Amino acid sequence: MSVLELRSISKVYGRGAAEVQALRDVSLTVAAGEMVAVMGPSGSGKSSLLTIAGTLEEPTSGAVVVNGEDTLRMAGGAKSRIRRRAIGYVFQDFNLLPGLTAAENVSLPLELDGTSMRKAHLAALKALEELGLSDRARHFPDQMSGGERQRVAIARAVVGERSLLLADEPSGALDSANGESVMRLIHTYCKRGVAAVVVTHDAQLASWADRVVFLRDGRVVDQTAAPAGPETLLESSS
Amino acid sequence: MSVRHALLALLSEGPKYGLQLREEFEANTGQVWPLNVGQVYTTLQRLERDGLVSAVSDAEPGGEPGPQKAYRTTEAGSAELVQWLRVPPDLSTPPRDDLVMKVLIAVRVPGTDVSEVIQAHRRYLVELMQEWTRLKEDDNGRDVAFALVVDSELFRIDSVVRWLDAAEARLRRALADGWNPAKAAAATLSAGLPTRPKMGVRR
Repeated sequence: MSVLELRSISKVYGRGAAEVQALRDVSLTVAAGEMVAVMGPSGSGKSSLLTIAGTLEEPTSGAVVVNGEDTLRMAGGAKSRIRRRAIGYVFQDFNLLPGLTAAENVSLPLELDGTSMRKAHLAALKALEELGLSDRARHFPDQMSGGERQRVAIARAVVGERSLLLADEPSGALDSANGESVMRLIHTYCKRGVAAVVVTHDAQLASWADRVVFLRDGRVVDQTAAPAGPETLLESSS
Repeated sequence: MSVRHALLALLSEGPKYGLQLREEFEANTGQVWPLNVGQVYTTLQRLERDGLVSAVSDAEPGGEPGPQKAYRTTEAGSAELVQWLRVPPDLSTPPRDDLVMKVLIAVRVPGTDVSEVIQAHRRYLVELMQEWTRLKEDDNGRDVAFALVVDSELFRIDSVVRWLDAAEARLRRALADGWNPAKAAAATLSAGLPTRPKMGVRR
């Protein structure tokens, strides 16, 4: 089943002479377990696409369907709920709350959604353990390296069985080794059934995705074909 | 790729047989560059002729190499290896790159959407990178030599993708500013081709 379905999304900012058409008739479907990268230069509409997919912003026209539900037809409360329960966000600059420890940052979305503090804390510790960050659970963001902070941010985004992970240049602020481990991590979650959309201008990061969609001037202009087996590569290099 | 120096490097660890050299070479390059055993023997013969390796003990010097013949490096061989490691490969002359040519030519073909041409190449390259990344992912960093080779391929292809991005942006800007490639070329010709400084630093 598709986790995210964008149907003919258009987005216009401003009016008259200041009008900017950020997205033009963009359709994109992401299945459970699929990792899609959206590649394009700055100004191509990548970030608008992500905020609209995450229901943080409404399109000018089109439909945003998450887990089969048309989010534009939802009441405010139901929409916040889907945002809290189904969707996780990862940002370039991590966006961890500086006054909270790693574990508290991860457990916060669960607590906001009504999970008891104790249960949320245990879930956070488990998520951090999986990322090899158990010894960092009581550290504050400024006591951690960039790579560790981003892994905590990913734990926060996926904790509580969320089905859609949206990431905006998630390794933009990291060196290549840390960038790679972030992409590896997102891919691992996808293999467990999470659907992910990663926006990036970096081809090396995009190449972790199952499918790469190319955005130009607010339009999807192209996408990569279904993957061939890696065997073909080694054969062709011999 | 220098099979010659790779074999010298493997022999610098101690005497080895041809078959063993082939296996170690492939293991050390993450099996990305397969080598046939005939190539190993030919290379060993040449190295022996140049005095960089010598056959060990029971085998006749100068005879046909074969499974029963082990080799070791000579002093000249070790010196050659040390020297080779430190001499940068010649990158000073730009290679005649097919892709660069295609983009330069696309600009001059009437009715051609250069962005569309660039995108066709970009997609191909990203698909290639996806394949390499999958290999890297499957291996999960266990084979360091292999990861090094894959990284080098990824960085190489990535640099081409980045060039395409930059080329597209530059062309769009120029076209938006009213640049006309045919007129520009004619103007350059009538003014005389500029002489550009020769590239290359002493290595």
